[in-house]
Amino acid sequence: MSTLREKLENTDDLVFTAEFPSIDGGGMASVEKNAARLAPWFDAVNATDNPAAHAHASNTTTAIAMKMYGLEPIMQIVCRDKNRLAIQSDMMGASLHGITNISLLTGDDVTAGDEPEARRVFDVDGIQAINIARGMATGSYLSGRKIDPAPDFYIGAVENAAAPPFEYRIQRALKKHRAGANFLQLQICYHPDRLEAFCKGAAEVVPELKLIPAVALVKSAKSLNFMNDKIAGIDVPAASMARVQNASDQRDEVYQLTLELAKHALSLPGVRGLHITDFRHDDSLAQFMSDLARVPSY
Amino acid sequence: MLKKLLPLVEHALKAPVWDCRMCGQCVLHSTGMTCPMTCPKTLRNGPCGGVRENGNCEVKPEMQCIWVKAYDRTISLPLPKVWKEHYNDLRPPVDMRLQGSSSWINLVTKRDQQTPAGWSVKDRDH
Ligand code: SF4
Repeated sequence: MSTLREKLENTDDLVFTAEFPSIDGGGMASVEKNAARLAPWFDAVNATDNPAAHAHASNTTTAIAMKMYGLEPIMQIVCRDKNRLAIQSDMMGASLHGITNISLLTGDDVTAGDEPEARRVFDVDGIQAINIARGMATGSYLSGRKIDPAPDFYIGAVENAAAPPFEYRIQRALKKHRAGANFLQLQICYHPDRLEAFCKGAAEVVPELKLIPAVALVKSAKSLNFMNDKIAGIDVPAASMARVQNASDQRDEVYQLTLELAKHALSLPGVRGLHITDFRHDDSLAQFMSDLARVPSY
Repeated sequence: MLKKLLPLVEHALKAPVWDCRMCGQCVLHSTGMTCPMTCPKTLRNGPCGGVRENGNCEVKPEMQCIWVKAYDRTISLPLPKVWKEHYNDLRPPVDMRLQGSSSWINLVTKRDQQTPAGWSVKDRDH
């Protein structure tokens, strides 16, 4: 059983997850380096699938490489680049290599990336993909063709708690759980009020679903601005932006802001952990984790 | 004959009002009379995570997200209660073979309810 599943389903421990950097050049050495940096702090790490519609080393191969270097992957699959056949073979291929945490997302549009002229697929949507994964975990492909033994998937999904229509996001979390999701990683969120409303609602409507909100470690007001403008579904409130912009030490101010968001998120009902995307790549990750009272495991 | 004629009539009626894409498995009644196939990602199960602050679409910033529109309409339009209750249904993947055929015929013949053998939905969403 995956550590993630074991912790979320059989203990009350918090889990910490992270985003594995996209791999382009650099080969296995770069996987090894990143794995060594993340391993002491995280229970499981996301192997992304062409994030923001940019091509990189594939989700499956990255997940396999991560596993070789001792990380437990959460393999993401997005619906933008693959039809239902390819999505199922991604999952079966992952299972072949002992990868069982699978997270299914609709994904950013091709227009978010550097090849906006590409054909978008979206043969199935994120929720349908989750339901297909559940079908496989109970012993059959979408066609009904048997899989014996069935792969032991632990299925996750992603939701944006801070995007309109806000009230409906809770119903959507419920729908994802009904489709088969056990855990829900949330999009990076700079609106603590919206996150709170979402988590309270979800904890009530779908208490079995394990919520994992996300924060991003960034360096400056400029990078906050970038996320606000360029990453679909992320909005940074003007007050938070001004707070960082006007600070004498922007690096420290944005760090403090992120720490406050993280502590608040961890205090909310239904929340079982935290997802951290590190865009700083400096020594602040260790500081951040120890400020959250985490101890590394070597 | 009917098989050839009906898709033409259906499209002529539905296209001007709902921008019908003739997917052949119409769900308009359960989506606040808003066609999900006009979503650039053709999502049939609700809004993606990219909806903008103003409720507009991630892909087409000048257009209101069709799922935001569907949600507003489901709440505000005087639609039958059972239609409203179907808003959060888990809708199966589109059967691409039905593209261009008449959803009216497919409704009557129940062809639009056929799903692959491996597709099962645990329980209803309301
Ligand atoms: S924002 Fe709405 S209309 Fe645009 S792609 Fe996402 S779900 Fe579809």
